Amino acid sequence: MARITGGYFTSHVPAIGGAIVRGDQQDPYWKPFFDGFPPIREWMGKQKPDVAVVFYNDHGLNFFLDKMPTFAVGAAAEYQNADEGWGLPVYKPFAGHPALSWHVIDELVSSEFDITMCQKMLVDHALSIPFELAWPDADAWPVKLVPIAINTVQYPLPSPKRVLALGRAVNRALRSWQGDEKIVVVGTGGLSHQLDGERAGFINPEYDKFCLDNLAADPDALTVHSVEQVAELSGTQGVEILNWIAARGALGDISLQEVTRNYHIPISNTAAASLVLEPA
Amino acid sequence: MINETHEAHQARQKMRRSIPGTSLFDGDLASKGFELNAMCFSFNDEANRKAFASDEAAYMDKFNLTPAQRKAVEDRNVLAMIEAGGNIYYLAKLAGIYGLNVQDVGALQTGMSVDDFKAMLLAQAVDKKGMA
Repeated sequence: MARITGGYFTSHVPAIGGAIVRGDQQDPYWKPFFDGFPPIREWMGKQKPDVAVVFYNDHGLNFFLDKMPTFAVGAAAEYQNADEGWGLPVYKPFAGHPALSWHVIDELVSSEFDITMCQKMLVDHALSIPFELAWPDADAWPVKLVPIAINTVQYPLPSPKRVLALGRAVNRALRSWQGDEKIVVVGTGGLSHQLDGERAGFINPEYDKFCLDNLAADPDALTVHSVEQVAELSGTQGVEILNWIAARGALGDISLQEVTRNYHIPISNTAAASLVLEPA
Repeated sequence: MINETHEAHQARQKMRRSIPGTSLFDGDLASKGFELNAMCFSFNDEANRKAFASDEAAYMDKFNLTPAQRKAVEDRNVLAMIEAGGNIYYLAKLAGIYGLNVQDVGALQTGMSVDDFKAMLLAQAVDKKGMA
């Protein structure tokens, strides 16, 4: 039987990639952020997951506004990273797990989620950065990937309530998967930040704390807000918390304990956090 | 929202647009900004970034930018780009061609110097970091 070993959550700013390339992990600006990751690497080293089910948002690499799926699930044998427009180094490709992807897709459609199925999908820094942070020296990523993209770009966006339900449906799929893989669930993005408009630079530690404190024990608390209220509380890009909420749902309605938590302001324009939860 | 009244729907729509200093990228903006965002999406390709850099006007012609979008790009006016329907996830690729990062873009939009904008970000850490 497959087993969900826990959940790994992190912010995913492109600038983190630049810091890694330059070797700035010990630089005073970056150190408080990177210091969150040794305990995560240690945990991954112990758990040795085989598969990562990752909830993330595309940043205009794979999806354009001509066709914008609310939820998209990858079912490819391999996923390539590609130039996102800044000419930064391109990261290693990801091996997929098509059989598990299709199983997740079956469960989601059975649960009445009208998702988009993708046999070809470019994946961006929202996946590569969390992988680089968790497995910095790997020649190839040590896990197979099942990517689930949530639209955080073009309104109307799905509500926190809906993405939590999506995650719970993914949990049902993972629990009914007959393989013997160890699965880590990953949520990437946020926390509070706003890149656009006169309110650019907005950060809200109070809301971030509310999310971090409730994610494990009471994820439904995060569904009291509409997604427009989340944008108001957390900034226009702070809505990437949707990825965290969905990932929490995919861990199931079980008791969870915090393995490690780190929170730091700012990295680039973002309140940055990293967190690992595991079954209590 | 099946049970939502028409009035509640309108109130929600209005609320959506009432966050100070913020416009949520909805269908109206997406329609308005399609050409500008399509041009920015093309900048995932290095050859397109070079083509834009070597002849901006000709490149904008290819994407049929509206006059307001053209002027916003010519003026490097990020707020005007957003007003013209630009989406920040795509506009960031244009900013990259100019050699601007998100803090530069934040400074441009708030009317601060880049140093002041960075200081504002840091101040939020100093004031409130203990919160989380």
